[in-house]
Amino acid sequence: MAYLELNNICKTYGQGANEMEVLSNINLKIEEGEFVAIVGFTGSGKTTLVNLINGLLAPTSGAVLFKGAPVVDTSHERGVIFQNYSLLPWLTVEQNVLMAVKEAFPEKNKKELKTIVADYVEMVSLTPAMHKRPKELSGGMRQRVAVARALAMKPEMIIMDEPLGALDALTRGNLQDEILNIWGKDKRTALLITNDVDEGIYMADRIIPLRPGPNATLGPEFKIDLERPRDKTAMNDNANFKKTRNAIIEYLMDIGNERKTEAKEAYILPDLVPKDFVNQFKFGN
Amino acid sequence: MKASITLGKVTNFLGLGFFSTLKNLFTGKLEKEDFKVLLRKTIVPLASIVLFIGLWHLGAKSLYNIEAKFKIEKALKDQGQTAADALKACIASGESTCQPNTLPSPAQVWESYKSLLRDHHIISADKAAFIEKTAVLNAKRIAAGKAAITYTGRPSFVDQIFRSLQTVFAGFLLALLIAVPLGIFIGLSPTLKSAFNWFIQIFKPVSPVVWYLLVFMIVKTLLIDSNEDSSFTISFISVGFCSMWATLVNTAMGVSTVDKDYINVAKVLKLGTFQKIFKVVLPSSLPLIFTGLKITLSVAWMVLIAIELLAQSPGLGLFVWEEFQNGANDSNAKIIVAMFVIGIIGFLLDRLMLTIQNWVSFDKTDAI
Repeated sequence: MAYLELNNICKTYGQGANEMEVLSNINLKIEEGEFVAIVGFTGSGKTTLVNLINGLLAPTSGAVLFKGAPVVDTSHERGVIFQNYSLLPWLTVEQNVLMAVKEAFPEKNKKELKTIVADYVEMVSLTPAMHKRPKELSGGMRQRVAVARALAMKPEMIIMDEPLGALDALTRGNLQDEILNIWGKDKRTALLITNDVDEGIYMADRIIPLRPGPNATLGPEFKIDLERPRDKTAMNDNANFKKTRNAIIEYLMDIGNERKTEAKEAYILPDLVPKDFVNQFKFGN
Repeated sequence: MKASITLGKVTNFLGLGFFSTLKNLFTGKLEKEDFKVLLRKTIVPLASIVLFIGLWHLGAKSLYNIEAKFKIEKALKDQGQTAADALKACIASGESTCQPNTLPSPAQVWESYKSLLRDHHIISADKAAFIEKTAVLNAKRIAAGKAAITYTGRPSFVDQIFRSLQTVFAGFLLALLIAVPLGIFIGLSPTLKSAFNWFIQIFKPVSPVVWYLLVFMIVKTLLIDSNEDSSFTISFISVGFCSMWATLVNTAMGVSTVDKDYINVAKVLKLGTFQKIFKVVLPSSLPLIFTGLKITLSVAWMVLIAIELLAQSPGLGLFVWEEFQNGANDSNAKIIVAMFVIGIIGFLLDRLMLTIQNWVSFDKTDAI
């Protein structure tokens, strides 16, 4: 039995005439300790898939099995790193992480909890920003806090929903390494949802493309047989890497073209010119 | 340097940013850019105040002339030339008995303001003397188990202001204690929302006068055995009921529209209901709750005057009503003084709420 299993998942939104099937016939098996990446276009139902796995949503039909038991609710065993950080803006870095740790380890006393928080904040190298609020942090720092928050709960599986999507390339690269480092330490099972093929290849053991929705379904999987730790520059010259990368991109491009030819309906857009609202309503200051 | 930064911060925080520019003017640190700001934020408002007082003065003068002319013509028609001449001379001499009764001029209002202050000092001195005089006797009475003799003279204008503030804060506190918890429950539960919706929609627009009458009916019966004056109780409860709606609606809205991301976080972390409300839902709806409370306080202050007037509860409302009934020569001027005092206190209360709002809110943007 696989560690995480998705059997014939379908998810529809709306009812009656408005019914729209976002995901259909999703089958996925993830083994313990594996790092799997799902790559897809924006709007292809990636976030819905994540929410089904972490228990925020229930599938319309089919079953999500985690360690053999169906997922009915969220659980501390599955940590989530959200796309838009989702830090609570009124809490400091320490308080944000502490809130999660307190829930995960209710039996520990305050001092032990604080030590855990300090350790994980240190791990994402944010100790100097311990008492700052999310607003005072850069995007990369915020996402680090989110990483620390998810990992501090010591989940058995980490689910990442485009965690680095909103970051610049440099920060992105650094955080990829950091996440891999942390993952490498205790080899937790990890599921990464991303729209960046290179990121997927660099980080994951397996890549599965998600064919865009509506009726999104998973494509054929691509195994990444590259030694860890991987080196980004060396990887670019690796024949194996090039082959896999081209195969995935070709596959995604084909889907894209397919989608274009399918969309024959022409939309007439209204001829609108944006008004200069900002200057029109400028008051004082 | 450090002091000026602090001052700037404090004044900006209070929304009185022009003070720091004004300070720069006096310390000679005025830059060219500052001058524009000074012009806009200090000189223009000051000029408009002067213009306002000027227009008021002219308006009051012309109203005075209309009233005087009418009085003289009436005297001429009813009593003949001699009486008219006598009245004319009387008005010109400034004799208080025959002055036209109309909108007072700014100077008269200023005079009344000073006389009200003088009156306050006299009453305060009187009160202090009374307390001193009865101190020994009261000590004896209390020792003997009898009630102390209290000062029963009329309250001064300043006393009325404080009494009004007491009423408004009692009413505000009542509104807060009812509306915030109720708003949270309504916001959390769609069932409760549909149960209370009609109630809110119907009672929200009810006039303060009607609220007063309703509260009066109920409180009068509840306190039927008591000999105490219930006017204060009635007026603060009415103020609370009139003003609580903004907070109720805002709280319910804030609680029911918490960002979905935060709710997801709460779910993923598996926070308990209590934790979820106090750690996620309430902090994120605080800005809206405070917007509601700010409106509530200003509505409370606004309806207070009408309610005090009806309830005969001491305070500015009663002061205005009594002066109107009094019809003395300077009554109109005193009413205008009360009007300005009410306005300025309302403004200060609003600033107070804004300051508290900025202080508790995580989103430190200017909320003016």
